[in-house]
Amino acid sequence: MLEELGTNDQGDMIINIGPQHPSTHGVLHLVITLNGETIKKVEPHLGYIHRSIEKMCESLSYRQFIYVTSRMDYLSSHINNHGCALCVEKGLQIEIPARAQVIRVLMDELTRLASHLLWWGALAMDLGAFTPFFYSFREREMINELMEDTCGARLTMNYIVPGGVMMDLHPDFQRKVKEFLRLFKSKIHEYDDLVTGNIIFQNRTKGVGYISREDAISYGCTGPTGRGSGLSCDIRKLYPYEIYDQLQFDEVIETGGDSWARYKVRVGEMVQSMRIIEQLIDNIPEGEFQAKTKAVLKLPKGDFYTRVETARGELGVYIVSEGGSTPYRIKFRSPGFSNLSALDHMSRGGKIGDLMATMGTLDLVIPDIDR
Amino acid sequence: MTKDELKIKFESLQEGLSFEEGTEWLTINVDPEGFRNFALVLRNNNELHFDYLFCLTAVDWKTHLSVVYHFSSTVFRHEVVIKVKIEKANPIVDTVCDIWRTAEFHEREAYDLLGVEFVGHPDLRRLFLTPDHEGFPLRKDYEDPINMIKL
Repeated sequence: MLEELGTNDQGDMIINIGPQHPSTHGVLHLVITLNGETIKKVEPHLGYIHRSIEKMCESLSYRQFIYVTSRMDYLSSHINNHGCALCVEKGLQIEIPARAQVIRVLMDELTRLASHLLWWGALAMDLGAFTPFFYSFREREMINELMEDTCGARLTMNYIVPGGVMMDLHPDFQRKVKEFLRLFKSKIHEYDDLVTGNIIFQNRTKGVGYISREDAISYGCTGPTGRGSGLSCDIRKLYPYEIYDQLQFDEVIETGGDSWARYKVRVGEMVQSMRIIEQLIDNIPEGEFQAKTKAVLKLPKGDFYTRVETARGELGVYIVSEGGSTPYRIKFRSPGFSNLSALDHMSRGGKIGDLMATMGTLDLVIPDIDR
Repeated sequence: MTKDELKIKFESLQEGLSFEEGTEWLTINVDPEGFRNFALVLRNNNELHFDYLFCLTAVDWKTHLSVVYHFSSTVFRHEVVIKVKIEKANPIVDTVCDIWRTAEFHEREAYDLLGVEFVGHPDLRRLFLTPDHEGFPLRKDYEDPINMIKL
């Protein structure tokens, strides 16, 4: 099944990283061909946690299948749910109450913050700095707690459903979000002091894992990976959904194309997410949190495609309906899948030690890739 | 270009194209024989410039398979959907992974789960399942008595 360990006929060394390895953040298996310390080829082997979510969804109703999608990219499960709910709503042409729209956007941005915080801590840890992990988890814990209050879960929330959101916000939600914002604002300079300004960190990421804008498009890189190469690909800006077109925020774009640029994009996005939350937290409209929908949802015959911006990039939900109460075929175009396909291109010619920096700034979540 | 402008442009490029009605994006049905040349036009025509393949998948329609390509242009921000109808007994279509590099993984996935064979793909192997796995799980006639949950 796997390449023989050791060397190939050109004298190159072949080594395996993973499936059990702290830097892969999950069960990713890379077979790497090395000439000395220089990478000649990186070949990902996938499927260790392939659950065939797409097949499962074919036998689940349009209300049920959303619960499975939380298990894809578990760090942005709100946004996965959101993409699926939007696709079902597009098919049924349901209008969402204003309150639900604001709650959805708030939850999306909080999730994005939590995801980027975990990424920030884990990246620093991959590169040998242990302390940042505790800093970022201190803040992330606050987000998880307020998610737990409202959604009843810390990771797989299943909160956004077709028609709106599952239930109303917890009475403490606004107070806790404001408390979080106050704390996070007073701490975010520590992030720059600890990691961004650190010369060792900069040397380890600058010029590492370069991908040009043209290649990023060709490989389908989206999210911070694409924006680090100067590609404008933020779905929230290009194809606004919900109320994103009424909000003030910037698309963070860097042109470096290396790990450092991707790092700066994500750190910049944390500030932008905070801006969005600040605009909305005092302006949650009163009213219904869910539109009135039928008990059994049936999409009309046809194809439906929606895209949303997760913390990792563009998530596409493609539903083929035959008019029944379950999808005939469903496809999730996951951002991590396309970003991973560029890993080989990014790391060729680099050193094996730099592979961790490249992988860390791609921010791979393996269940999102395997599905 | 808008959907209607795209349609006019495509009609001027090639005669006898069959368009699908009632879709959000312009949807064109293409034969597997002419697909490769059509793909090159999509990528290289200066007014179309579809440089971004954002979704590639296949659907099992019981009598036949259809491979669905979603293209977008990062310059003009217009989209087009191409559907290639292929036989189930002989599921062959030309690869596009030298035109859009992202297709390399997406084609391997479609091969793994639906058994579509992409001619010219440099490394067409199973992606998620083990090499000795039998059958293609996303086909409608796939049966797995042990692992499959039916509701």
